[in-house]
Amino acid sequence: MKTTSKLYRTEQRYAYLFIAAPVIGFLIFAMVPLIYSIYGAFTNWDGLGSMDFIGLENFINVFKDEYFYKSMFNTIYMMLGIPIGIVLALLLALALNRGIPGTNTFRVLYYIPVISSIAAISILWQWAYNGDYGLVNQFLAIFGVEGPNWLQNTSTVKPALIIMAVWKGLGYTMLLYLAALQSVPKSFYEAAKLDGANAFKSFWHITLPMVKPVTFFIIVTNIIGGAQIFTEINVMTPTGGPEYSSASVVFYIWQKAFGNFQLGYASAMALVLGLFIFIITLIQFKINEKNSFELD
Amino acid sequence: MEVAVANKKSVKAEPMSEKKKNRITDAVVFIFLSFGAIFMVAPLLWMFSTSIKTREDVFALPPVWIPDTISFAKYSEIWSMGPLLSGISNSLIVAVSVTVIGTFTSSLAAFAFSKLHFNGKNKIFMMLFASVMIPYPVLMIPQFIMFSSVGWVDTLLPLIIPGFFGNIFMIFFLRQFLTSIPNSIIEAAKIDGCSYFQIFYKIIFPLIKPAVAAQLILWFMGIWNDYLGPILYLNSPEKQTLQLVIANFNASYAIQSDYPLIMAASVVALLPMLIVFIVFQKQIIESIAISGVKG
Repeated sequence: MKTTSKLYRTEQRYAYLFIAAPVIGFLIFAMVPLIYSIYGAFTNWDGLGSMDFIGLENFINVFKDEYFYKSMFNTIYMMLGIPIGIVLALLLALALNRGIPGTNTFRVLYYIPVISSIAAISILWQWAYNGDYGLVNQFLAIFGVEGPNWLQNTSTVKPALIIMAVWKGLGYTMLLYLAALQSVPKSFYEAAKLDGANAFKSFWHITLPMVKPVTFFIIVTNIIGGAQIFTEINVMTPTGGPEYSSASVVFYIWQKAFGNFQLGYASAMALVLGLFIFIITLIQFKINEKNSFELD
Repeated sequence: MEVAVANKKSVKAEPMSEKKKNRITDAVVFIFLSFGAIFMVAPLLWMFSTSIKTREDVFALPPVWIPDTISFAKYSEIWSMGPLLSGISNSLIVAVSVTVIGTFTSSLAAFAFSKLHFNGKNKIFMMLFASVMIPYPVLMIPQFIMFSSVGWVDTLLPLIIPGFFGNIFMIFFLRQFLTSIPNSIIEAAKIDGCSYFQIFYKIIFPLIKPAVAAQLILWFMGIWNDYLGPILYLNSPEKQTLQLVIANFNASYAIQSDYPLIMAASVVALLPMLIVFIVFQKQIIESIAISGVKG
């Protein structure tokens, strides 16, 4: 008995040693900054000297700040690309799941934008959206459509960013769907066919429910990622776009914190954003729980 | 009797027509996928095409995809027009050091979390995993102040050091992967007198190597393509990573509309990961597909 416990204690000691790095990293680079950030949000922190407690003032100002609302609106607006991307990716995955020749090549081609650096992609699309010589307008000109100066126009800058985001993320979502589709047992479709179900019915009653966990995963991760959109905006519209119409929340936080040194105020905004993401994610989990089913 | 015959007939006749129908659908799908693929690749081809154009061809209407005079001059010019070379070496320093050391600490932790017994195992793991729910914008301001108080701003250290402590996604993934390895192997090794560290590097690590490699590549790509971290910390041009360098190319040469130069620099920033992807596409695609299904 005694030797067992000694063995166990040795094992435990090694185990703690092996997980020490991530645990210490978690404390230093996540816990301490998180607490620091929460405290900072209640102060007039400017990074130089003063860090006096000012209560809820920052939060009150955040909710009075029209630029905050504007950047929040822009961020949510740009998430419209998520459902578009999901539908397109599912269609592509269904097409690729037929096992036609060239499947692997298509998979690689569709995936290239995903692995490409977002900075390089943003530079490329900024040039593609050029009003006079850009690829997009030259393509539209084939159909006799005169395209706008996409990034200089308040009504087109967000759709332009959405199109680019869908293009960049499509391959990733498609790949997740493809993996999910391949794990659906063939016998399900065969059984449905015997029961007289047509292609649409078996898609609606078998495919969609079977890929639902992946859809859920995609929606959750896309919303978390979409809420933090920054690089595209920083590269393509360095000033936040015409009349600030493409500035995202993170872009605004970044400007306030590292441009104006309003660290307390920026921390308060970051916390509001964090809370927003947390609540949205929680709601999604609740909805998912309600609608989920178990397979025998 | 008659019914059975009729059934037999229809069963015989059906595969023929269905096969034909399937073949037509396949052809339509193939065309649809090809058009899609053109849309996916065209912007990248255009980027390359712009980079080998002369200035007149850039502004030609209608556009030319293959310019009359193909010029690779911009690919030699870019090295002197900005700190591109130091950008590449800075990106390499960050990505290599983080992935090598971070992979070691992550896989060691994954081994402990899946195969060793200790108090609070699941609680500690859940605590670590909860950190992925904290969005980076919440942490970036205090992290910046912390690093600036030790004088690390405008060095690569804030981008490197946190990575040394491991990556929770990698730990999560490898822990999942390790569940497929029987515990009896470890028990046997213990009886043979292996130390815990020996069990890790002699038995566990070789077994999980393929999974580790795929995760390492994905992490490497993520660091190589990172933009927000570098833009916060790196100010002086010679300290910047490649992504910042090309963004600055874009900002400074777009005014002179030197698009071939900008596009050449962007191609250089993009090419390494493209090559890595093409070489390791099978492992990368598999590993992403698995992480999605498991996640």
